[in-house]
Amino acid sequence: MPHTSEVMLHVNGTPHRLTLDNRTTVLDALREHLRLTGPKKGCDHGQCGACTVLLDGRRANSCLSLAVAHSGARITTVEGLPRGTDGLHPLQQAFLDRDGFQCGYCTPGQICSALGVIAEAAGGHPSHVTAADGPPPGEPVPLTADEIRERMSGNICRCAAYPHIVEAIEDVAGAAVTS
Amino acid sequence: MRSFTYERATDPAQAVALLGHHPSARFLGGGTNLVDLMKLGVETPGHLVDIARLPLDRVEESADGGLLIGATVRNSDLAADPAVRTRFPVLSQALLAGASGQLRNSATTGGNLLQRTRCPYFQDITKPCNKRRPGSGCPAREGAHRDLAVLGHSESCVATHPSDMAVALAALGADVLLLGPDGERTVPLTGFHRLPGDAPEKDTVLLPGELVTGVRLPASAAGLPSAYRKARDRASYAFALASAAVVLDVRDGVVRDVRLAFGGLAHKPWRATTAEAALRGGPATAAAFGHAVETELAAARPLRDNGFKVPMARNLAVRLLTELADPDASALDHTDPRRGDR
Repeated sequence: MPHTSEVMLHVNGTPHRLTLDNRTTVLDALREHLRLTGPKKGCDHGQCGACTVLLDGRRANSCLSLAVAHSGARITTVEGLPRGTDGLHPLQQAFLDRDGFQCGYCTPGQICSALGVIAEAAGGHPSHVTAADGPPPGEPVPLTADEIRERMSGNICRCAAYPHIVEAIEDVAGAAVTS
Repeated sequence: MRSFTYERATDPAQAVALLGHHPSARFLGGGTNLVDLMKLGVETPGHLVDIARLPLDRVEESADGGLLIGATVRNSDLAADPAVRTRFPVLSQALLAGASGQLRNSATTGGNLLQRTRCPYFQDITKPCNKRRPGSGCPAREGAHRDLAVLGHSESCVATHPSDMAVALAALGADVLLLGPDGERTVPLTGFHRLPGDAPEKDTVLLPGELVTGVRLPASAAGLPSAYRKARDRASYAFALASAAVVLDVRDGVVRDVRLAFGGLAHKPWRATTAEAALRGGPATAAAFGHAVETELAAARPLRDNGFKVPMARNLAVRLLTELADPDASALDHTDPRRGDR
């Protein structure tokens, strides 16, 4: 049997057919083969979150996802976020407005993860800090600062921009609830 | 990483057959642990049978009021499942206390059960480890073992099982459903993981070629008050130093039924049968809970640097039992300065 595979990845709306070594992760396929360097290689072991992308609509560590196992998947990286009239996604604008980064290395992962957090909370997924007498199963969970901190714990920022990251996500999550 | 060939299975029987064709094959689920271990060189499969898309992705209520959880149900979906949240809350709480949002979106039920220890010597292939290389020795016994076992360990291994989910399943009295070359069988979760003894390379009683197809929750635990609590070095995204899962049935101040399991203390989820027997039929008081849990933990044999886990586990369990027995009383107790268990 071959140690390479034909892999189809639908990245930011564009289909790509690649022949990849089976060991290739989604992260390496994106960065090394498709030249999408938004997703970052931080720890390469699923501990830092810098590689976070949306994989079939859900946030995932692309460094622990084998490309061959995700052939056929729809992938969204920070490069493919829907943009407003000013050319930025609301989360990107909020990170600028709130000064939600210093070196910026973790930021694409933070933003993709935040997008996942907002969708998960809207879809009624609870978290470790969701109160037992909170919204009933299936109902949206309000994204308080505590909820955001808990749900974003898989994204490390070694510049420690955490307070501003939480504010940026609160801005967008709050707007999503009120709109 | 060692080079490997890859196949995607479409049904459980085919997956088992495909695995049997390759001596060094592994099943691939969400990959959150296996791919990591392959990068570290701890796991070196020559072939992967991808089972992540098997039709085992449903949570179904069984006729008797129990729950059947497919092996490929993702941890995040299981934690959010309405039936789990309302009737088996300890399971949802345990899942949400583990890993990160990203990892829970990928990790599967079967893979969570089969994840390997995070003992630093197991994960470092330049070091001896009886679990990774039988007979090579256990540096953890004299080395960095602050996070490792205090119960049920052996001369050859002091590793802990890292799962939070499995601790809740132990308390719930779950069964693990298996499919192998010789057909199906069912193993109680409490008998699925092993103590290390002199064969720490075996984490579980899984036979060669067997696939975890699901987990069954019994109706007997459905709807009872239950909860999970975990102590760790930071508030989120860290493995347990100690954790406790409790299912408690109290009527008129008397313990009708209780199931207690500890995480972070042993090579497997530690079902506290001694404490349970001491409590059943007796008063549901903090004093009785304390005495019963201390009787259970009298079996602890802490290593040089992890003795703190014993009182930590005791306090977690006693507080959780007390809160479940009388939720109104514990609601007044949030200013207790000893409350160090969040």
